[in-house]
Amino acid sequence: MQQAVAKELMMGNEAIARGLIENGCAMATAYPGTPSSEILAAVAKTARSLDRRMHIQWAVNEKVAFEIAYAGCQAGLRTAVSMKQVGLNVASDPLMSAAYMGSAGGFVIVSADDPGPHSSQTEQDSRMMAMMAKIPVLDPDSPRQAKDMVALAYGLSEAFKTPVMLRPTTRVCHSRQDVRPGEILPLESKPDFKKDPLRWAATPKFRFQLHRELEEKLARIAKHPDTAPLFHNPNADAPQAVVASGVAAAYTAEALKNLGLWDRLPFYQVLQPFPLHTPFIEHLLNTYDKILVLEETTGIIEMQLADRGRVQGKLNAVVPRVGELLPEKAEALLANFAGVGVNIPEMPLVPGRRPTLCAGCPHRASFYAIKKAAPRGIYTSDIGCYTLGLNLKAVDTVLCMGAAVSQAAGFFHAYEGAEKRPDVVATIGDSTFFHAGVPALIDAVVQNVGFVLAILDNRTTAMTGSQPTPATGKGITGEDLAKVDLEAIVRGCGVGFLETGDPYDTQTFIATLKKAVAYSRDTGPAVVIARHPCILDLVRQGKTPEPVQIEVTEDCDGCGYCHQHFECPGLIAVDDGGRTQVDPLVCIGCGVCLNVCPKGAIVEKKEK
Amino acid sequence: MKDKPRNQIVISGVGGQGVLFVTRLLAEAAIAKGLPVFTSETHGMAQRGGTVISHLKVGEFSSPLINPGQADGLIALKAENLSQHGGYLKKNGWATVNSPAPMEAAATGRLFFLDADRLARQMDDPKTLNLLMLGFTLRRISETNFVKGWLHCDVDDVAAVLKTRLKGKVQLLQNAIRALEAGASAVAGTA
Repeated sequence: MQQAVAKELMMGNEAIARGLIENGCAMATAYPGTPSSEILAAVAKTARSLDRRMHIQWAVNEKVAFEIAYAGCQAGLRTAVSMKQVGLNVASDPLMSAAYMGSAGGFVIVSADDPGPHSSQTEQDSRMMAMMAKIPVLDPDSPRQAKDMVALAYGLSEAFKTPVMLRPTTRVCHSRQDVRPGEILPLESKPDFKKDPLRWAATPKFRFQLHRELEEKLARIAKHPDTAPLFHNPNADAPQAVVASGVAAAYTAEALKNLGLWDRLPFYQVLQPFPLHTPFIEHLLNTYDKILVLEETTGIIEMQLADRGRVQGKLNAVVPRVGELLPEKAEALLANFAGVGVNIPEMPLVPGRRPTLCAGCPHRASFYAIKKAAPRGIYTSDIGCYTLGLNLKAVDTVLCMGAAVSQAAGFFHAYEGAEKRPDVVATIGDSTFFHAGVPALIDAVVQNVGFVLAILDNRTTAMTGSQPTPATGKGITGEDLAKVDLEAIVRGCGVGFLETGDPYDTQTFIATLKKAVAYSRDTGPAVVIARHPCILDLVRQGKTPEPVQIEVTEDCDGCGYCHQHFECPGLIAVDDGGRTQVDPLVCIGCGVCLNVCPKGAIVEKKEK
Repeated sequence: MKDKPRNQIVISGVGGQGVLFVTRLLAEAAIAKGLPVFTSETHGMAQRGGTVISHLKVGEFSSPLINPGQADGLIALKAENLSQHGGYLKKNGWATVNSPAPMEAAATGRLFFLDADRLARQMDDPKTLNLLMLGFTLRRISETNFVKGWLHCDVDDVAAVLKTRLKGKVQLLQNAIRALEAGASAVAGTA
């Protein structure tokens, strides 16, 4: 007998990646987004360690990532695309259509949800998108099950020729568990695109036919035995039952044991929340008077249980509709449902430390300069670390990827004819600009929008863990790729004012921005590229410049100006107007704060 | 089965302090002993200097999160984490806290303090603050011994994990072991 492979501590995202490789995924694409970002990185790492030849890439956005991976499955390969839930919005156009056309090779869409939300704009439920698109979705409860579900997903996808969604949540993506790596299937599928224009390029008339086929598929998938719900405690016998899926099922299992209800309250785990298995629906409604449904974040399972009178869940607000369903909430709901009185403590709300830009972050310098150049402007911003410009009051709006540019245009048009037209300054990161900012900039040029676009070019996708951008010239495995020239794109959009500067060079950068603001008032759109690499990258590469030694002199009267307008974690506020301190553990010595203090109290330390 | 350890530990601090690394070392030490393990981590925006919290569960569990009032212990890399996350501790739980002076806490039984910031400065290696606290915790809690055989690992187990993880990185490994041991030795000087 072969010796069992040792268990490894695997993050949920790593387990999904491992599942993809084990199951013969031949192409994997993604755009980074918390909590999904580690999936593709882990695919690349595992593929490299196994010397597996497959196409793995970060795409410019989720729509592009989806379409590349989808074409791979049209060519008969097993492929996958991963993203976060709001990324799926960007990819929703190909998703809806791909559902109709179906797949040839297995196609898995990993869309990671973020109940809470911990690091997202919304708590939206990707399972609802699966329902809207009419594709099956699997909902893992742990890293181990997430890996197993990749195999289920490919099986389902190939059996029914449909894209399949795997929907982990933050608590699955970012948990780690002891997981035993499985056997790796050989890469068997060979590309073999079978032309079938009535399917792959169907006109509306044929789309109707495809829609009919899709409905028939769904009805069969709702009886597919491999993904049927699990009855965990068949000895339990009661007129009530609890139904849970995803990590809520993990909470339920533990809570039932904690409460001594494991042998009393029947517990079903749904693996495939949509389409919910029709025999299961019948069984539930034929067997139980009351059914409690625990799931995140929308009542998807619940919606499919037609007898509303017997079902308790999100739709009748028994289960909270907003926020993460934490294990203590699940336990309290179960105790209440089973009629056992227990006191389950909840965490007291003690405010934590708010996130802030890193010490030495070039964005802080950019925001400081923007506020100097356009002090009473409207500041539209975007998705990335620089959203934290909020703390500096240099960010007024954050909507979604790329919206900084189009919202800036919207504010400009809104104030047309107004007595006083405010300056509008948009901030967007380099990766976000490539992702969704370019079409909006073209539109702003066409409409001659008077605004300044500051592209905060830190040469990376920083917030999600420093993935390359199209300007990096490197791929996910470090391979050399072509570079896209940011300036050339801006010029190509037709922008008349373009300057690039280093925000660390504070005074010059403020002057550049002032010129841009003047141009935007008189002439039209102006773009300033604030170029300075992410400080975390510089630290990682050991490339930080010689630190400037900072000290705060006795001229500091504790007015708090530097904390309010600069908020560097390297400068410590002292209570009751005491002199500001420099934290030597945190200060990176960028020297930008030398420009900040109105009393001139932040100075370079003299050589002793 | 009774003797199998079942630990629930909360580790918290501020982004950049190395909360995730400490969690990982404790989890790997559990796997090395053949114990099931679950961790849950904070990623994304909160990592930018915000509060970071990890949950570590060793033993048979199905949920990755620790319920309030259920944690055996809390490792607080910042003093403020004690009031923020003390609510996770069960009655008679323990907490090791990076703080220059002892603090009051409503929730818990046994509190142990180490001025790890100062110790890190003395060692001229601020980045190893997390390992100082880990070494301190492992020695302090196993010596306290109020639940026999309670901790699933000790200083040597974690040193072994470090040796695997930092293989080939001689200087890093040397600094890490030095910090772990310095933290453990610091137990002698604290109450």
